[in-house]
Amino acid sequence: MRVFAGSALIAGLCLAAPAAVRAADPDLSLLPPAVATPVDFVRDVEPILAKNCYSCHGPDRQKADLRWDVKGIALKGTDHGPVILPGNSAGSRMIQLVAALQPDAVMPAKGERLTTAQVALLRGWIDQGAAWPDGRDPVSYTARRNHWAFKGPARPALPTVRDAHWVRNPIDQFVLARLEKENLHPSPEADGTTLIRRLSLDLTGLPPTLAAVDEFLADNRPDAYERLVDRLLASPHYGERWARHWLDAARYADTNGYEKDLPRSIWPYRDWVIAAFNRDLPFDQFTIEQLAGDLLPNATPEQRTATGFHRNTMVNEEGGIDPEEFRVSAILNRVETTGKAFLGLTINCAQCHAHKYDPISQKEFYQFYAFLNNDDEPMMEVVSPSLAARRQEIQSQIAALEADLPTQDPGFAGRREAWEKDMQALSVNWTELDPEAFFGAVGTKFEKLADHSLLATGSSPPVSTYSVTVKTPLSGITGFRLETIADPNLPRNGPGRAPNGNFVLTSFGVDAISPDGQVTNHVVFQSATADLSQSEFSITNAINPHGDNKHGWAIDGGPGRLNEDRRAVFVTSDKVGFPAGTTLQFTLKQLYGGEHTIGRFRLSATTVADHPLKADPLTPALRLAVDLPAAQRTPAQSQALAGFFRQQDPGSAAVNEKIAHLLEQWRTGDTTLVLAARPEPRVTRIFNRGDFRSPTAAVTPEVPAFLPPLPTNAPRNRLTFARWLVDGRNPLTARVAVNRFWQAYFGRGLVLTAEDFGTQGDPPSHPELLDWLASEFMARGWSMKALTRLVVTSATYRQSSQVSSELYALDQYNRLLARGPRVRVEAEVVRDIALAASGLLSDKIGGPGVYPPIPDGVLSLAYGAPMKWEVSKGEDRYRRGMYTFWKRTAPYPSLTVFDAPNADTACVRRVMSDTPLQALTTLNDAVFHEAAQALALRVCRQGGATERERVIYAFRLCTGRLPDADELHRLLDLVQTQEAYFSERTTAAITVAVADQKNLPTEMNLHRLAAWTLAARVLLNLDETITKE
Amino acid sequence: MNHEAELRLEAAKLISRRWFFRDCGVGLGSLALASLLRDERLLAGTPPAANEDPLVPKLPHFAAKAKRVIYLFMAGAPSQLDLFDFKPTLVKYDGHPVPAELVKDQRYAFIRPDANLFASPLKFSRHGRSGAEISEVLPHLAEVVDDIAIVKSMNTDAFNHAPAQILMNTGSTQFGRPCMGSWVTYGLGSESRSLPGFVVLSSAGGTSGGASNFGSGFLPTVYQGVPFRRSGDPILSLTNPAGVTPKLQRDSLDALKELNQHHLGATGDPEIATRINSFEMAFRMQTSAPELMDLGKESPATLAMYGAQPGKSSFANNCLLARRLIERGVRFVQLYHEAWDHHSEVVQGVRDQCGQTDRPAAALIKDLKQRGLLEDTLVIWGGEFGRTPMVETNEAAGRKMGRDHHPQAFTMWFAGGGIRPGITLGRTDDFGFHTVEDPVHVHDLHATLMRLLGFEHTRLTYRFQGRDFRLTDVSGELVPKLMA
Repeated sequence: MRVFAGSALIAGLCLAAPAAVRAADPDLSLLPPAVATPVDFVRDVEPILAKNCYSCHGPDRQKADLRWDVKGIALKGTDHGPVILPGNSAGSRMIQLVAALQPDAVMPAKGERLTTAQVALLRGWIDQGAAWPDGRDPVSYTARRNHWAFKGPARPALPTVRDAHWVRNPIDQFVLARLEKENLHPSPEADGTTLIRRLSLDLTGLPPTLAAVDEFLADNRPDAYERLVDRLLASPHYGERWARHWLDAARYADTNGYEKDLPRSIWPYRDWVIAAFNRDLPFDQFTIEQLAGDLLPNATPEQRTATGFHRNTMVNEEGGIDPEEFRVSAILNRVETTGKAFLGLTINCAQCHAHKYDPISQKEFYQFYAFLNNDDEPMMEVVSPSLAARRQEIQSQIAALEADLPTQDPGFAGRREAWEKDMQALSVNWTELDPEAFFGAVGTKFEKLADHSLLATGSSPPVSTYSVTVKTPLSGITGFRLETIADPNLPRNGPGRAPNGNFVLTSFGVDAISPDGQVTNHVVFQSATADLSQSEFSITNAINPHGDNKHGWAIDGGPGRLNEDRRAVFVTSDKVGFPAGTTLQFTLKQLYGGEHTIGRFRLSATTVADHPLKADPLTPALRLAVDLPAAQRTPAQSQALAGFFRQQDPGSAAVNEKIAHLLEQWRTGDTTLVLAARPEPRVTRIFNRGDFRSPTAAVTPEVPAFLPPLPTNAPRNRLTFARWLVDGRNPLTARVAVNRFWQAYFGRGLVLTAEDFGTQGDPPSHPELLDWLASEFMARGWSMKALTRLVVTSATYRQSSQVSSELYALDQYNRLLARGPRVRVEAEVVRDIALAASGLLSDKIGGPGVYPPIPDGVLSLAYGAPMKWEVSKGEDRYRRGMYTFWKRTAPYPSLTVFDAPNADTACVRRVMSDTPLQALTTLNDAVFHEAAQALALRVCRQGGATERERVIYAFRLCTGRLPDADELHRLLDLVQTQEAYFSERTTAAITVAVADQKNLPTEMNLHRLAAWTLAARVLLNLDETITKE
Repeated sequence: MNHEAELRLEAAKLISRRWFFRDCGVGLGSLALASLLRDERLLAGTPPAANEDPLVPKLPHFAAKAKRVIYLFMAGAPSQLDLFDFKPTLVKYDGHPVPAELVKDQRYAFIRPDANLFASPLKFSRHGRSGAEISEVLPHLAEVVDDIAIVKSMNTDAFNHAPAQILMNTGSTQFGRPCMGSWVTYGLGSESRSLPGFVVLSSAGGTSGGASNFGSGFLPTVYQGVPFRRSGDPILSLTNPAGVTPKLQRDSLDALKELNQHHLGATGDPEIATRINSFEMAFRMQTSAPELMDLGKESPATLAMYGAQPGKSSFANNCLLARRLIERGVRFVQLYHEAWDHHSEVVQGVRDQCGQTDRPAAALIKDLKQRGLLEDTLVIWGGEFGRTPMVETNEAAGRKMGRDHHPQAFTMWFAGGGIRPGITLGRTDDFGFHTVEDPVHVHDLHATLMRLLGFEHTRLTYRFQGRDFRLTDVSGELVPKLMA
């Protein structure tokens, strides 16, 4: 028998295919007889499987999701049913394949065929009941499933400790038990100044004010520390601090990334995160709203805003892209981010093949992906309460005016009826044309939708020309209709692609081609009408092109009348088409510039000849309403028709004028990016080797099998998925979350690899503590403030961070927690400390990104003309680092130099470096020098009468504590020598100390100020100043 | 003694911890106690211990042919068909539609799939003993063809600029991976203690890939490329604030050092010692960088050879600066010249860009050779993909006689550092559309370049998210024909 060439794929498919679709049943009489002697799995069967089957269905590859080295999987079979029927070898798919009964369905697909003797053995084994002893599964497989992090956290009992009086809460019991095992002692409690600075930096990201330090040190109540914790948790800066941690995971940025890297507006999402932390939104709800806020019943605008979490992916607007490639890329990023941020899983490793270390198959990866693959990506208007109130007022005034019309104007009802008759007469049968070929010049790419419309996706070029080819049986065509259609994926819903949703159609042309291609008629139009043309952008421009590209059809109808469906109708001079069918070639030029191209459109034709052809002034919804007998209309339909009618009614001119005046006060709100589930879900397919160009089998949304299942009856959507993440049975989510809180407070997590709790991740230093915290977190209703309070009120957290060389040698990374944390602060906090110490820092919370001074040349590293960076004025110049506008391709240098993540991918653990470029930044960067100057001024004005007092004051502003004698002496020496230097060099002093030399500070010794500017610079650069101790 | 032990011994001699402590001005004590010399760290690919200088020089896996790299990144994608890959068949069919079977299932950025073929009107001729065939717009490169290896069979996976640049630099179209310069400095450290180990220079426009082109991805940020500015200080914040003289700066740094040392004593945290070092290196950088940038120290003959002019910003100046950087121990210098995206008027475009880049690039080869540096300096020239054999013409965009993106085949050249000189490797089909001989994928190129630098590409890895990552991801075959 000839083995079918290249049968690997075909045979693989057959194994997976249901019996019903097989062409012909195999001839079972050809099977070799089964052996009659007892067959032993381990002795006889397993070696055959290992030699012949494992390479495709084993530890490394699992074609058709089948593996022969794992009992449970082999006996279960594939998606299409069992491959072994114990007791019935002849009916077992496995036997039929290895016996090669059919030339196109043979296993093994590659390599040598099984011998007759081997088939006989396998048959015997199956006929004897397919006994498969337990314990044969490979260790790698069972160990993965038994991995500690994949089993739900049991709430461990508290360990006993010898030194019980050190213990403040259960955390300490776990820590101390471990220390006692190592014969180590905890460090003494840190002094009050260190504690308040540590707490303030940890809970608000800001150093404490001197008043706050003094207040705390003077508070002798036994619970002074806990009161301080509560004060800090109540500070609105707490929300900022934790928002910044979370935004690392959310890969927040203010631009789209890739070559064009244009600005985006998604800061309302950042504001939502800040507010969520401040109101202590429980972590489960925090998770659900970010992943699926739009799907919650009666979703609020805030809950929709939260879905911006997954809109922080990059968008490629480079010309000529395949939009699907980058849409897929964004979904892949969302999968990776979800894995990292919530599950601590490197699920993205299973994009191309089964995960090498964790029990995630490639199919499971795409099932996970399928949850996130069903969304439109709208830009949502964020209406502030005050704006909403103003709009509501305008709307109710308009409604009142409209409601009054019939009573105020006795003729109104009659005119309306007449108009409705006119409208009914305009009804025309249009045949929608199905685009066969479509091409957008200058790189536009289209998605063809089910309603025959084309949606322009991907990069948005400044100009374009659309060519659309359709074949139609119609002849005698008298007119064409172009519908431009609003769509959530377009800017402000479109229908155009300009930032405000407008477009300019500079010309509309049609050629009619005969079926044999021999005749091409250029269609001449006699008229063109539109339901709305923008002033000076009439539809007639489209059939009488001016040739200067500055004229055409546009649709901005004034406030509130832009982002709607519009229609244009083009009436031909002669009938168009060939009796045997016609190929129509449409050319839509849109050469105005500034992305004024059409975002979504549909073409139709009509052969109506006895009827005036005009663009229907009515939207499809109003058309439906007007064609109904009045009695059958709903009140809403009647109201909508009346509202529409009065706009065209000359008799209502006075009211229309009033309403137009009201509408002038209509304001658009800020926008943010959100998710919105598509009405029709996309089909998700497994990509062969992870390549989007090689889609294979379709999959439906499902969670990986090694984790708890979804509720059986819940819809497979993002909301179900989000709820599953925070279900108490999920073994990962709570552990991963508490570990990141621990990491923020101690510098390292109990699991060092915060991003990977899988089998390759770092094992926890204190497994019971991690589990206890996870369980406690859930028991406290996922309250993040409660979790923080628990951690920072522990004796463990309150230890001094001083370290002996013996302890350092023993435990360099402080994993045993025999001392407090000592960690350099994050990039944003480096900036915030300098601005806070100098008194420049603004405490304004939220809002769009700001533009502090940026060194020349940074922005020119990004593609194209450098982005405009107009340095913010007023307090926005001195906002916290987290508000600095983040441009992905040219990020703010003083933040990146201190290891701020670049926001291309999710980051759940910052790696801290220490480099000379950091030193240069804090020494010389304009922002930091400005802070040094301001600090000097503050010290000289408010620091006291003597140099000694001023040194103490300045030292405290930077480090929180008093200098010791050596430090005081060294700083006094510095100030004095520098002042001596400047005393003979007044010009130099002014240059150093004053930025605006036309406004010298009054009543100030400028020599001293210059000396202090240098001393302030030294203080701001101290290791201690930018370190949490 | 086996090879590995020998390497370790040599490494230990070169850079013992004692050297580090002595030269870096850090006292012994708790720091030394923390991690005394653990010589396996001196081999590439082992993460530095805490408090150890992450840029300390390290030895690669094998004896390296190349010790440093100068990468001339011609961003925007130069037209190989107008520079290197001459196609008589294109001349024959110039203006005819491209054969349908050639473009079946291919994707394009801008052009219609049925665009016309477009032969280069430029003259090609053969040069040197090797007889390499290149275009008339590269007269200076023609003089050094026997020192370079031209690869006409490059191919890549991405056909848009940003992802393709990221792929060429990091081995992945996904953002977030370290670039080659970061891998090399991670693997080899830097010989310079007063300049960054990985420097990025640029002329013409900003690049499509932006900062991610020279980003360190998941490697520590200390390995990311440091972009030098074109004017003013090359390094951000290099200059003291106005009025702060070197003497005042030293006074401040002395006070800072003493206060930090005092606090090191109080807290016992050796991280403070690392910070003290950083400030001292920053101070050295303030002296060495301006000296580096001063092209006035070069002879008039050298300046003329490159076409460099002191005080100006140009590709020529950057080529000369690149030589000065590697002379000072910098490991990896990458020059970006983003100017080759010729969707329109490609012939004039390459003529103009060659006018700016041909002389300096050739001068760099000559200069390195005459200084004996070419031997162990790897020079790379190329873009992120190639350009189509079909014409791009588009009235709407005002484009005519251009070429679209073409990842299927393009040309790069290499010199020095173990590259086999005087060869032309690989061939494309008669239309210049696909590679047909010795195809070299980006991953293969990376594997080969890493080999020249002494690395087994599968072994220079970094553990991230539970997986060992490498520049070549899961691919990469050596190209032995390219190696001397």
